[in-house]
Amino acid sequence: MEKTKTHASQHPLRLKISNLNFFYGPKQAVFGLSLDIPINRITALIGPSGCGKSTFLRTLNRMNETIRHTRVEGEVLLDGQDIHAMDVVGLRRRVGMVFQRPNPFPKSIYDNVAYGLRINGFSGRLDDLVEHSLRRAALWEEVKDYLKKSAFALSGGQQQRLCIARALAVDQEVLLLDEPCSALDPVTTAKIEELMFQLKDSCTMAIVTHNMQQAARASDFTAFMLDGKLIEHSETPKLFTTPSDPRTEAYITGRFG
Amino acid sequence: MERHFEHDLEELKQRLLWMGSLAERAVHQAVHAVLDAEEHLAETVLSEEDAINEMQIEIDERVQRLLALQQPMAADLRFLLAVSRINGDLERIGDQAVNIAQSAMRVLRHPQVKPYVDLPRMSELAEGMVRDSLNSLVRADLDLAQSVLQRDDQVDRLRDQLFRELLTYMMENSAVVFAAFELILVAKNLERIGDHATNIAEDVIYFVAGRDVRHPALDRR
Repeated sequence: MEKTKTHASQHPLRLKISNLNFFYGPKQAVFGLSLDIPINRITALIGPSGCGKSTFLRTLNRMNETIRHTRVEGEVLLDGQDIHAMDVVGLRRRVGMVFQRPNPFPKSIYDNVAYGLRINGFSGRLDDLVEHSLRRAALWEEVKDYLKKSAFALSGGQQQRLCIARALAVDQEVLLLDEPCSALDPVTTAKIEELMFQLKDSCTMAIVTHNMQQAARASDFTAFMLDGKLIEHSETPKLFTTPSDPRTEAYITGRFG
Repeated sequence: MERHFEHDLEELKQRLLWMGSLAERAVHQAVHAVLDAEEHLAETVLSEEDAINEMQIEIDERVQRLLALQQPMAADLRFLLAVSRINGDLERIGDQAVNIAQSAMRVLRHPQVKPYVDLPRMSELAEGMVRDSLNSLVRADLDLAQSVLQRDDQVDRLRDQLFRELLTYMMENSAVVFAAFELILVAKNLERIGDHATNIAEDVIYFVAGRDVRHPALDRR
């Protein structure tokens, strides 16, 4: 029986994950995981390397399906609807992902943001929406005079915020962030964290991070995973000051193993 | 794998316990300066006050450094917060010992008001509370910490008893007012020492169990 004593379920939920199992071929990577992800809150996933947290994150917009010989069991509800019964393109339009290494398209800054809108048949004032998205991603002031320049001319932190702007442009309700700051310096990391804080008004986020201080600073709820299982999930201040499970305690105080 | 950080935490605990032993000894000597009419004990307390104050600064600096450099979590974080608060309480216990020593020097200029009965009991109780609060930290012993909290009422009752008794002496014979008043101050200081020991025990409970047992009447989440 996993400990899921949490206040998360007292909030309205965006995602409800029940008894999720995930397999790479014969090897099981996620075991019976149940987790509530509340609306417009940041949920951090922590745990040692290989504990399945990135795999788990990728099941939330069915990104793992692009890997052959994988299998998923269990239920993931997005606003009450089973994501496995949804059109996958429609799902990813609502649940976006930001990766460890920023992955802008080989296009201009403007087109990176506009691309998703165009392929979705957006017919309004594109310029306004591009500006609005870049502003929400706290990038507008830095790039407004260079919108036609290649996205690759930006710094790593700017590229990461561009990827977030790209997701915001199509109004994604959920952002999955997989180690979004691990390639960034502390100042740029602080900008991304501040951005996450500002986006909480309109966006639900789940972040995988190796940096426990980041989880502590930036999230509302934290889930600790070990060997593919959820060990403990609670409000972030509670988990980092008075964890309930000795394995959580050992991990966050660095006495693991 | 024992890490450098754990070594630092252990060393911090040893320094705190050393400070605790200085504070305990100061209380013991100050009270016995009164009870045994030994003025030199009071002088020793005054001369050793600086050592306790220096320890307070040293411990604060160690805590600050570990918080800044190690960014501790969970039990480590609670331990450092507890040490920081206990450090303040031990320094205040040292101050109370100095107050008692100063009263002792004034009391000794006068004939003894009465045979001391409750004062030694009260000092034994208060010193025992300080000792056990620190022992409960060493052993992470919740029961012992809890027993310290329970003893605080006994100290308060003895203080009230002493106040009443000494007031009676003062009303009967104005010649003893000065000395009796000093003894009331000593009792008040001992009662405060019991309060500090109680604070320490509460900090130990916070460190060990993650429970904040201060101010139980407050409605907490």
